[in-house]
Amino acid sequence: MSVLETQGFKLDNSGKRVVVDPVCRIEGHLRVEVNIDSNNVIRNAVSTGTMWRGLEVILKGRDPRDAWAFTERICGVCTGTHALTSVRAVEDALGIQIPDNANIIRNLMQLALQIHDHLVHFYHLHALDWVDVVSALKADPKRTSELAQSISAWPLSSPGYFRDVQNRLKKFVESGQLGPFMNGYWGNPAYKLPPEANLMAVTHYLEALDFQKEIVKIHTIFGGKNPHPNWLVGGVPCAINMEGAGAVGAINMERLNLISSIIDRCIEFIDMVYVPDLQAIAGFYKSWTYGGGLSSQCVMSYGDIPDKANDYSASNLLLPRGAIIGGDLSKIHEVDLRDPEQVQEHVAHSWYKYPDESKGLHPWDGVTEPNFELGKATKGTKTRIENIDEGGKYSWIKAPRWRGHAMEVGPLARYIIGYAQNNAEFKEPVDKLLHDLDLPLTAIFSTLGRTAARGLEASWAAHKSRYFFDKLMANLKAGDLNTANIEKWDPSTWPKEAKGVGFTEAPRGALGHWIRIKDTRIDNYQAVVPTTWNGGPRDAKGQIGAFEASLMDTPVAKADEPLEILRTLHSFDPCMACSTHVMSPDGQEMASIKVR
Amino acid sequence: MSSLPRILVLGIGNILWADEGFGVRCAEALAEHYVMPDHVTVMDGGTQGLYLLPYVEEAKRLLVFDAVDYGDPPGTLHIVVGDEVPRFMGAKKMSLHQTGFQEVLASAELLGRLPDELVLIGCQPVELEDFGGSLRDAVKAQIAPAIDVACEWLTRWGAPPVRWEGAGRQLNVDSLLMSAYEAGRPSARAACRTGDARFMQED
Repeated sequence: MSVLETQGFKLDNSGKRVVVDPVCRIEGHLRVEVNIDSNNVIRNAVSTGTMWRGLEVILKGRDPRDAWAFTERICGVCTGTHALTSVRAVEDALGIQIPDNANIIRNLMQLALQIHDHLVHFYHLHALDWVDVVSALKADPKRTSELAQSISAWPLSSPGYFRDVQNRLKKFVESGQLGPFMNGYWGNPAYKLPPEANLMAVTHYLEALDFQKEIVKIHTIFGGKNPHPNWLVGGVPCAINMEGAGAVGAINMERLNLISSIIDRCIEFIDMVYVPDLQAIAGFYKSWTYGGGLSSQCVMSYGDIPDKANDYSASNLLLPRGAIIGGDLSKIHEVDLRDPEQVQEHVAHSWYKYPDESKGLHPWDGVTEPNFELGKATKGTKTRIENIDEGGKYSWIKAPRWRGHAMEVGPLARYIIGYAQNNAEFKEPVDKLLHDLDLPLTAIFSTLGRTAARGLEASWAAHKSRYFFDKLMANLKAGDLNTANIEKWDPSTWPKEAKGVGFTEAPRGALGHWIRIKDTRIDNYQAVVPTTWNGGPRDAKGQIGAFEASLMDTPVAKADEPLEILRTLHSFDPCMACSTHVMSPDGQEMASIKVR
Repeated sequence: MSSLPRILVLGIGNILWADEGFGVRCAEALAEHYVMPDHVTVMDGGTQGLYLLPYVEEAKRLLVFDAVDYGDPPGTLHIVVGDEVPRFMGAKKMSLHQTGFQEVLASAELLGRLPDELVLIGCQPVELEDFGGSLRDAVKAQIAPAIDVACEWLTRWGAPPVRWEGAGRQLNVDSLLMSAYEAGRPSARAACRTGDARFMQED
């Protein structure tokens, strides 16, 4: 047994070890091991990325103009945001300016991705950590209707409507085909909603499932195709032909009208269903204040959604940019992705080799050389690890640090930074939510705060889509139809060597691609993804990452049903539906669950 | 838009993970070498999960190409039809996207819009643990037979594809075509090809 102190946490690895091991390969499998004391409180947490993801290596030597197409394939959810980050990195390296329309269309695509991702995350990947589906079967449809009407004017709220949904759900459950509701911890005491709130939430789960399909059409229209939209270094690949009657690929008035109506419906659904549901559910979990982790100390956002084209400075980015350290909200630090002293990746506890592992490397100088070795205290075998040794190397994820600090990234980080900047677009909705729930500001440093920030951001993104759509229409009406700048498309116009960085705020946090180009080919490519920031392991100084910190000191109602662990990990929106095995301390599989 | 019932031919998987790319490569080859009737859509579904729901819902008939672990010898083609399809896809968690696509089928069912007919043309993979790698020869050799099976189903469904010898329709950008993708691969020395057996539950 040993107790280590870091970042205000006491890590105690005595007690019972519980392993949660999602066998998922989207953006890296994630495995978490925790130590639970005699009161079932988590006293140590270890986050392991169990997948080698050598995108950097397979891009070497390829044409930089093609990199987006490969990065789009890393993950099934973040396709567009990786592609956008990639084309920005190449444009930065080669000094390519994009037209205003291209900037607007990219913003509209990125905002659509945020809206879609947050909505699907809340209802389909995360809600079931708070909502008990089986309890919904016991709800009184009439009282459910009263509850729904008390929180929103959304028209689908009659007792008959909720009764119908309940009957459908009953049939589904009775047929034994729980489908997406399989493997839940139904009936766990950590579920706090009354049956009526559960039924309302499950009903909206179904409505959201139907509605999410609409949002994606924005990508189909602007990206030319879906599910893998096209991107272009220098702009966007879609031409605009206002008079055109459905010419293949060209954007015409009919398609623009469709986009406009989808934006309106997004605003309506988010403001009348998503945000009221979030608030109603949060009201029942006010006393569950866990999961804050690093959010009250160190958060960072690169910023995104440039208002004017080609200006990536903080003042032009509508999603806030900056870093907060030591919990000091009065000081927003500037973030410079080019400064070799700021963003650095460490590998002291990662399965990679550096010449000097006591130091980190800036991504432009990044090295991706695998080195799989296990710590001496590892239990099990190399091919079947029972307990990992966090004293040694224990993850395929590197440990990124900003000026040496472990940082949390994501919607909560963006909202804390926006709040600290006194930006009314972020501060006012937070203040209103806290006021309505009668909670202090410190309540946002929590799992619920992360989930709430995502909902508020979905609303922000929907309204911002309206702003950019109107801006696009004004340009088009003024005769500006330009969507791409191909002046530097030909590699003969490029310098012999160049380097650049592209960044976005992906739904789940700060995303950066660093590229070096040599003789018109990719010489080095490093992607530091949000899950690297949040899910990374300890560094040489022993500092823990955001996932690890967020689990600390959380009580677990039932050790063999780690609902609370999943609830907090899901609040970071790990990349996709994953299948999880929960192992007992002796390595026996106790339950198979879903990381949603 | 034709009024005939929609047919969706979907290749799923991840082209960056060796034999995981089987489904997508089949869809690409089918689109390239055959002209389809109007009511048939051939799509590279990648690992897109819920993004695919609208296309699945619109279809009355769904044909899926995928790399599936049936427990067969590597490189074996195996066809599953009807109710078996979703259950089969859930049998083992080995594929990058499996949970995602299972969830799509479950969601379509929950909404009462599961296609009437489902066919899964799966190939037992040889190798998945090779990020940046392409199809192994035994799996690549099954693309043509898989396409023959698909054409038989489409013909049975009243939508016979017509073989096309010219330059056909390309589903993906040039750089991702199998030949370009393979040619641009770094050496085994540069790329980590040791895979990740360490954490895979061999059960």
